[in-house]
Amino acid sequence: MTASAPAAPPRHVLLVEFRDPETLLDAARRVREAGLQGLDAHTPFPIDGMTEALGLPPTRVRLAMLLGGIASGAFVYWLQWFSAVLNYPINSGGRPLDSWPVFLVPTFEAVVLGATLSGIVAFLVGCGLPRLNHPAFAAHGFARASQDRFFLAVADPQVDAARLAALLDRLGPLAMREVVP
Amino acid sequence: MSASAAGAGTGGAVPQPPLPPQASPAELIGIVADPVLVRHPGRRWWIAFGVTLLLTLGLGGCVAWLFIAGVGIWGINTPVVWGFAIANFVWWLGIGHAGTLISALLLITRQHWRASINRFAEAMTLFAASIAGLFPILHLGRPYRFYWILPYPNTMEFWPQWRSALVWDFAAISTYLIFSLLFWYWGLIPDLATMRDRARSRAAQRVYGALSLGWRGSARHWQRHDALYRAMAALAVPLVVSVHSVVGMDFAASLMPGWQETIFPPYFVIGAMFSGFAMVVTLAILLRRGLGLEAVINARHFDAMGKIVLAGSVAMGISYLTEWFTAWYGGGRAERTHLGYLFTGDYAPLYFIMLSCNVLAPQILWLRWARRNLVALFIVTIVINVGMWLERILIIWNTLSLGHLPSMHHVFYPTFWDWATLGCSIGFFAFLFLCFVRLFPAVAMHDLNKRLHGEKVARA
Repeated sequence: MTASAPAAPPRHVLLVEFRDPETLLDAARRVREAGLQGLDAHTPFPIDGMTEALGLPPTRVRLAMLLGGIASGAFVYWLQWFSAVLNYPINSGGRPLDSWPVFLVPTFEAVVLGATLSGIVAFLVGCGLPRLNHPAFAAHGFARASQDRFFLAVADPQVDAARLAALLDRLGPLAMREVVP
Repeated sequence: MSASAAGAGTGGAVPQPPLPPQASPAELIGIVADPVLVRHPGRRWWIAFGVTLLLTLGLGGCVAWLFIAGVGIWGINTPVVWGFAIANFVWWLGIGHAGTLISALLLITRQHWRASINRFAEAMTLFAASIAGLFPILHLGRPYRFYWILPYPNTMEFWPQWRSALVWDFAAISTYLIFSLLFWYWGLIPDLATMRDRARSRAAQRVYGALSLGWRGSARHWQRHDALYRAMAALAVPLVVSVHSVVGMDFAASLMPGWQETIFPPYFVIGAMFSGFAMVVTLAILLRRGLGLEAVINARHFDAMGKIVLAGSVAMGISYLTEWFTAWYGGGRAERTHLGYLFTGDYAPLYFIMLSCNVLAPQILWLRWARRNLVALFIVTIVINVGMWLERILIIWNTLSLGHLPSMHHVFYPTFWDWATLGCSIGFFAFLFLCFVRLFPAVAMHDLNKRLHGEKVARA
């Protein structure tokens, strides 16, 4: 009797620790070329080329900022136009009711604020943060991922520690750990 | 003579070695994080903390008395309706501009030395801009109604007057405050994670852990962090320019001689940069000594910042010249009377002091020696901030004291409460800063480590 939804194999994550970012980059390229899935890296600072090495899709944070900025700017411009022209028209020193040049000042501020806030929301959603607990934190030595060690994370159900070790032959990883959520 | 010793902060030239080239990331993190996590604050910190705490309470007292008795406790009178409160506002906001500008402009122009100073400069921005934001509310006769300037649906069926510079001001400053808080915090998140991982006490681990939002330094995190942070930096530069331009327009959109000048927005932006950079240098000197960051903030940084301050001073001088020239060349009687009043009127001595503080004193920074001497730099930057405060108060006094009618001529005499509010606000700023250096890493560790690694690779 086969279950209609086969039980997923335990999603384990293999964490490989390296001493420097260059080796980590090499390792990332190798595992990616070998076709492994679920790759990630944990490093104390951003490493140029890591996104490409892991084959991560481009982020849409900037697109969210653009759209958020436009939407918020358009709303504030409309708000000013609506209130000054339709809802509460006041003749202030003979200036035209639709004083569009001065409406641009609050509009600009609204664009900046809207873009910033939507960028932050996009960041949090994209990263899955805030998430205070994570299995990786339980791994021994992972605290150094924010200081001076460089970790490669492989979450591929088809790969076990032995195969990964063979793949990373001669790159000299400091340690390899298995994290099971 | 003792300049070779480790604590050479007070005298002589800055000891040369920049970041030790072989320094490992862990060492650097130790230099920055240990003062917060391991080392005890020491007696000098506690004394400073106690004094500034008293001043902070004093500020609370000044504000309370202001709310009870009204703005009449200040020296304002009928023509001079803007006194210290507005000068303090412009001064604090000016100081609050350099942090974001350093961070953003230097990031975009790839000035890598910024990594040593951007964190505390951003904190300075945040504190100074918050204090600045208090003053426009304090100077209202009915401060509890300040929110009437917000566009919100209300039973009075009011809308804000969008053509008023004060409404732009509110929009610009509230945006700037929220933005600078987020910019500072987002740059801090990876370092908060480092603090979480280094902290030994359970409480510190929890607090830093919560504040770091569960940051794991994942490649996905960094990718988005980088995109967001750079895009915010690109937004920050026009934002900073817009905020102080709007402050300039608070004056320039009026019809008063001495205020109604098209040069005001850029002139205010330059002034803000100038006083803000001066304050960054002052704080960098104190911080470097207080936290033992000699290896992180070195002669190179002071040299570069000294040059920027000097450029600011020259730009200020040109602005003053332009102001005088257009007043004379325009030929308007009110403008020329105002110009004469600057040099011969009631506040003329202060005007000359202001000019020597802002234009004359910083000229010493043409000398390489002075840019690298912490004592000289410290004195010059303090003098500059005194000068910049004088400039703001004189912009207000000189115009308002000389109204169009002789019956509108009145001199401003500050009261005890004017001085107390200003002094206590400085104390409050120092208090916030002292708390900051004991609670957060004062230098962007991840950024500095990336730069160090880059240099190491380039050398190899």
